[in-house]
Amino acid sequence: MPVELAERDRALLSGTHGEASALAMRVVLEMAEVMGATGLIDVASAHVDGCLYHGRAGLDFAERLAAGGASVSVPTTLNVAYLDLLHPELNRGDPATRADARRQMDLYVSMGCRPTWTCAPYQLPERPAFGQHVAWAESNAIAFCNSVLGARTNRYGDFIDICAAITGRVPFAGLHRDEERRARLVLRLDGVPDKLIDSDALYPVLGHVLGREAGSAVAAIVGLPTDTSEDRLKAIGAAAASSGSVAMFHVVGVTPEASNLRTATGGEPVPEVVLTMDRLRAAREELSTADADHLGAVSLGTPHASLAELERLAGLLGQGRPLVPIYVNTARDVLAEAGRGGLLATLEAAGVQVVTDTCTYLTPIMGEVDGPVMTDSGKWAWYAPANIGAEVVFGGMEDCVLSALAGRVVRDETVWSSS
Amino acid sequence: MTAARTLVAGEATGDVLVLDEPLSFWGGIDPGSGEIIDVHHPQRGANVAGRVLVMPGGRGSSSSSSVFAEAIRAGTAPAAIVLLEPDPIVALGAIVARELYGTQVPVVVAEAEVPIGRLVVEAGLGGARLEPA
Repeated sequence: MPVELAERDRALLSGTHGEASALAMRVVLEMAEVMGATGLIDVASAHVDGCLYHGRAGLDFAERLAAGGASVSVPTTLNVAYLDLLHPELNRGDPATRADARRQMDLYVSMGCRPTWTCAPYQLPERPAFGQHVAWAESNAIAFCNSVLGARTNRYGDFIDICAAITGRVPFAGLHRDEERRARLVLRLDGVPDKLIDSDALYPVLGHVLGREAGSAVAAIVGLPTDTSEDRLKAIGAAAASSGSVAMFHVVGVTPEASNLRTATGGEPVPEVVLTMDRLRAAREELSTADADHLGAVSLGTPHASLAELERLAGLLGQGRPLVPIYVNTARDVLAEAGRGGLLATLEAAGVQVVTDTCTYLTPIMGEVDGPVMTDSGKWAWYAPANIGAEVVFGGMEDCVLSALAGRVVRDETVWSSS
Repeated sequence: MTAARTLVAGEATGDVLVLDEPLSFWGGIDPGSGEIIDVHHPQRGANVAGRVLVMPGGRGSSSSSSVFAEAIRAGTAPAAIVLLEPDPIVALGAIVARELYGTQVPVVVAEAEVPIGRLVVEAGLGGARLEPA
């Protein structure tokens, strides 16, 4: 079936608004055909991931758009990029790559995108409202946007993100539609003790299992407390969008489209997977590539740390002095807030290296680390071995901080015991 | 002959490489060489360059479209991709590479079992087919 276009869509396509708008509309239209959409809809805002340098092609596309006079037509935030512009001395990459990466960042800003440089745009003050259609890229942000905010986006990749921002249009398909947002699978926690439910370490592991079980399907998790925090939901989504292609999940009694299981599934019978402690322990082991107690560094804040997470880090460090480097990734906006409250000074005094605008698994920041890196992120644990060649040990934030203070891997095993 | 649905049109010939698990191109392949680098993937170390890559689907990152386009530009991409489930992010990389460089890497969704061996992939607007070369 052909995609139905509005008059202004056809005008964009024909080039009356410039070369870049025509290219952007061609990409949106072809993606509508790929997705089986019969029409396009407006989006209220966009979050663009294409600013991160992966080689010449991404830069060439940005150059083509900018040369064609591209300018975004909706409020648009930018994802993490290759460089930390606030702490440029941290990047140890070669100068030619840095120059190309910087050019790509500048091009996206020149198109009218806001230089937010964060993978957690949902931690910025203005975030999409429930039910609003948006075009978000960045896998963890997509999962958070659909699941926690109840705003609607598909898994938009690099290129269509900026095309949607320029045209203000996306294919009406997938998670923009009510029926596609219902759970097709239930994951039920069984016999998970309260002490583990109370531990941050559970949530990335749960997300890791969710990605493995659900693949690209929408699943509903049953068995988490109604006051599960946004930071914990963020950890679930980030891990699930790494081990799987999860773009949306429900937590029954917690997320806005799952006040009960019936609402989440739309009343349809769906298969159920029981998550036992054995399964969770196995998933936790999958997130580590090293098992000795030797420790080289700690990396936190993937996705970018919230203010609450930075506060928790400062609290856990107390008067202690880490024996290995601790890196924490966060957004420049969150950093500014931390600076005003004195929190940043506390973290720096404790020897924490704050990284903004990028992430420690994207760019050569950590340099030669003597030993495995410990992280509280399922996503970092999943990607860092391939991206930067690091050996990884997964643990909760408390495990990570206590390990940094001890200079060796210390993990609280008691929360993972069955009773 | 195996019927398939066209996501991105084009024609290509290559030896089939069947992936046992989904693959994210970002963090999953090195666009400089075409080698699978995802440490969690059972076929880590295999090379996708020039192959007819049969994959259950994509995985994870929304940067995969960019890494795929870069692999096409660099000449390290598969000759064609045969998906078992549609993945728009994979299609997107091929669409943008065609816009930028005039390349044609067909992306199709198989509608029946894909034979192994050397295959010709013909993907047009009306539909696609896979045939032994």
